[in-house]
Amino acid sequence: MTGLTVPTTGRPRLGRGVRMRFDKTRGKHVLVLPETVVVLNATGAAILELCDGQRTVTDIVAALREQFGEVPDEQVVGYLSKLAERRHLEILDD
Amino acid sequence: MTEPAVPEPPMGLLAELTYRCPLACAYCSNPIEIAAYRDELDTADWQRVVTEAAELGVLQLHLSGGEPLLRRDLADIVATASGLGLYTNLVTSALGLNEKRAAELHDAGLDHVQVSLQADEPTLSDRIAGTPSFERKIAAARTVRDLGWPLTLNVVLHRQNIDRVDRVLAAAEDLGADRIELANTQYYGWAWHNRTALLPSREQLAQAEVTVRAAKERLRGQMEIIYVVPDYYATYPKPCMGGWGARQLVVVPTGDAMPCLAAHELPLPRANVRDGSLRWIWEDSPMFSAFRGTDWMPDPCRSCERRDVDLGGCRCQAFALTGDATRTDPVCHLSPDHHLVESAVEAANADRAGETVSLPLVARPHA
Ligand code: SF4
Ligand code: SF4
Repeated sequence: MTGLTVPTTGRPRLGRGVRMRFDKTRGKHVLVLPETVVVLNATGAAILELCDGQRTVTDIVAALREQFGEVPDEQVVGYLSKLAERRHLEILDD
Repeated sequence: MTEPAVPEPPMGLLAELTYRCPLACAYCSNPIEIAAYRDELDTADWQRVVTEAAELGVLQLHLSGGEPLLRRDLADIVATASGLGLYTNLVTSALGLNEKRAAELHDAGLDHVQVSLQADEPTLSDRIAGTPSFERKIAAARTVRDLGWPLTLNVVLHRQNIDRVDRVLAAAEDLGADRIELANTQYYGWAWHNRTALLPSREQLAQAEVTVRAAKERLRGQMEIIYVVPDYYATYPKPCMGGWGARQLVVVPTGDAMPCLAAHELPLPRANVRDGSLRWIWEDSPMFSAFRGTDWMPDPCRSCERRDVDLGGCRCQAFALTGDATRTDPVCHLSPDHHLVESAVEAANADRAGETVSLPLVARPHA
């Protein structure tokens, strides 16, 4: 069983019924799903904020580079793929 | 591990708005004494509870029951919660979720709907539910999809429907469900009462697990399948509710707040939202601090390396089986009371040819 890999031309956005918000109590961004809460670190939040269903994975990596300098592609793809596999993200691709 | 001075804030609030229900499921976890819960909190009470919950750090609000749609003020409560940024999840039998009601809840900002199904076809489903309801559930599930909500189906598995798990999954696929939760029965409330008729055999479970594993593989990325293993057949218990007073709180129709939905009978002083703030209840009430962390544990848990993993299992199950809430969950094979679970399991595996789907179920009353 191999994991799913998001194509670099794919345009990720939050899955249906998934919401991201800043949580004042914990001082962190969180992803909220019906049965799960994912507390995000700063990098995760920065990546997910770019997942608007318009930007491709390539665009997202480029935008992250502007913000943070060196960003390894595989890490971003790996992170997005993991979230897509759990259906926290859906990937538009056409 | 010692108890932190101020506990971590809760993630979720389970609001059991009413125990009234048009269905009469024999596996219902609502308390047996349902008549004692008629004095329900009013709209303003719930709006205050929800507001206090958000201030305390709650992120998810689960609206449940009974049947929450029987509360005419459901959309008002949803609107308040949604305005505070809470993620709102409706847990419903779907009876009463007509198009008008659904649209009203959608406008109020409801994020997610979970529809319960009792089986994949009307005869068995209606028998388990104690009420003709299957066709209306299917129609309501379609309405959920049409409004663009994600659709989660909840199916409680037991001796009388577990052999049909493949057909249940096919029905979910047909409905275009995003997610299905197949949860083996937890023996609380009415389910405890009906345990003999509900507890599946080892063979039934093994077969269901094979089916579920294959379906997970086949439907990966399309429909999420969550399978909750039955406690009675597990080697170790689950950390109930993620730990007592650790992640979730439950408020019942009359305003009692509890760390677990099965804690009604525990001999602990009541903590009611009519008498104290939710913050006090969470941080300081005896109800929530009684079994928080690991300090309360007796042996074998106290000296066990898994004590921080499963936290000694479920207090309510320990109480139901032994009459003492401080004992190790008898589901654990290390528990001195494990024979209580073993004898129930033995009975479920004795040769009871023909009984698999025919033992009588005692339906819960509607209110
Ligand atoms: S009777 Fe059935 S639908 Fe109603 S609350 Fe109980 S389990 Fe849920
Ligand atoms: S003895 Fe207690 S802590 Fe150890 S596995 Fe059993 S329930 Fe968990």
